[in-house]
Amino acid sequence: MTNLLIKGTFDTLYIVSMSTLFALMGGLPIGVLLTVWKKDGIAPFVYGEKLLSGIVNTVRSIPFIILIIALFPFTRLIVGRSYGVEASIVALVVGAIPFVARLVESALAEVDEGLIKAAITMGATPWQIVAKVYLVESVPALIRLVSLTMITLVGYAAMAGVVGGGGLGDIAIRYGLHRYQTDVMLLTIVIMVIMVQLIQSGFNFIANRLDRRRA
Amino acid sequence: MITIENVTKSFRNENSRLVALNDVSATINNGDFLGIIGSSGAGKSTLIRQLSLIERPDKGTIWLDDVDLFKLKGRDLLRMRRQLGIVFQGYHLLEQKNVFENIAFPLQLVNMDKTAMRSRVEELISLVGLNGKAQAYPVQLSGGQKQRVAIARALASSPSLLLCDEPTSALDVITTKSILDLLVEIHRKTNVTIVIITHELSVVKAVCKRVIVMNEGSFVEDGSVREVFASPKHDMTKLLLSYQEGLL
Repeated sequence: MTNLLIKGTFDTLYIVSMSTLFALMGGLPIGVLLTVWKKDGIAPFVYGEKLLSGIVNTVRSIPFIILIIALFPFTRLIVGRSYGVEASIVALVVGAIPFVARLVESALAEVDEGLIKAAITMGATPWQIVAKVYLVESVPALIRLVSLTMITLVGYAAMAGVVGGGGLGDIAIRYGLHRYQTDVMLLTIVIMVIMVQLIQSGFNFIANRLDRRRA
Repeated sequence: MITIENVTKSFRNENSRLVALNDVSATINNGDFLGIIGSSGAGKSTLIRQLSLIERPDKGTIWLDDVDLFKLKGRDLLRMRRQLGIVFQGYHLLEQKNVFENIAFPLQLVNMDKTAMRSRVEELISLVGLNGKAQAYPVQLSGGQKQRVAIARALASSPSLLLCDEPTSALDVITTKSILDLLVEIHRKTNVTIVIITHELSVVKAVCKRVIVMNEGSFVEDGSVREVFASPKHDMTKLLLSYQEGLL
């Protein structure tokens, strides 16, 4: 049983970190585009922004448990089957990209608008403004966003466990629910609580260390 | 030489039209130290947006020597923007970068060679009197020090015009004095054209050689500071002067 829980813990960590990584790779550029394409953005492209925003909202409005099941054919296409750790990652990435994109968008919205204007008057290109102003100024917010994404994905990963996605959620359902092993259920909860605490405090620490607005 | 030629700019909403700049013209000579003064709503901010090339006038244009600034596009526009140094009321520094990196920012945009950049930034740090502060972050600086960083940044790419938008309005009187002294010193050392746009008469009186008074979107007076304030012709100038005296 201990071995099972250890394996489940590592599976969950693996699922969460891999899907966070891919979700960031997809969500960061989309969040940037949502920001710069706005009507008063640095590279306005209103139709593009509306379309992207519409797609993001559509995916976000699908309850995650339904999204996982709806994605089964797609998941099978990508990793060959619709259950297990890899299959979970596919569904989590698809579900988390729009979430990350919106978080990135709101992190970038916090950057001083006057500073963006100032960079424009200094002759910065839109690309330079993204790379040297938006992304630099929002580093602490972006790091906090990574922890928020990971924590959300711990929960999503457990949901993926319900439909055979592996990890702690899978164990909690199979042993805790179907076999009435309450101790297993409780242990999976304890492990997930600790996991979330560590992720939160670890990333907060890094974000605070890197934030130059703290004297 | 900068020529503002019949610039008109208006803003519309559903049922009204606000003329922010009404056919204004002026010539700013190289080495001028010009103050543009007006109360809120006189059109100062609109004028700044035209001069800093982030907004186009409806009519008229602005020339830098023989270049029509509003005919520029793409790379030429970016290159021209780099020739204008702008200082803002709210500083607008990169909060996550230190003094050195903030001043180096305009130079990084043009990929200046590292060694040349270092010596240029060090020269500017000493020009604005921030020796020893190169590694400090904006949060560790006072308002006056932040404005010094902003001035150094504006001067980094050796602009032909230093445009200051209410540069001292967020500062106390003593700090205001020191920033104005710095601008005078920069003008003396580099002979860069300086335009200060402000609502504070005392700022214009203290440092400018020439003044333009704005009222309701027009330039109502233009002349040497001494003449304009000694014998004001327009009611707005008289009003500004009387308030100034009343306050003192």
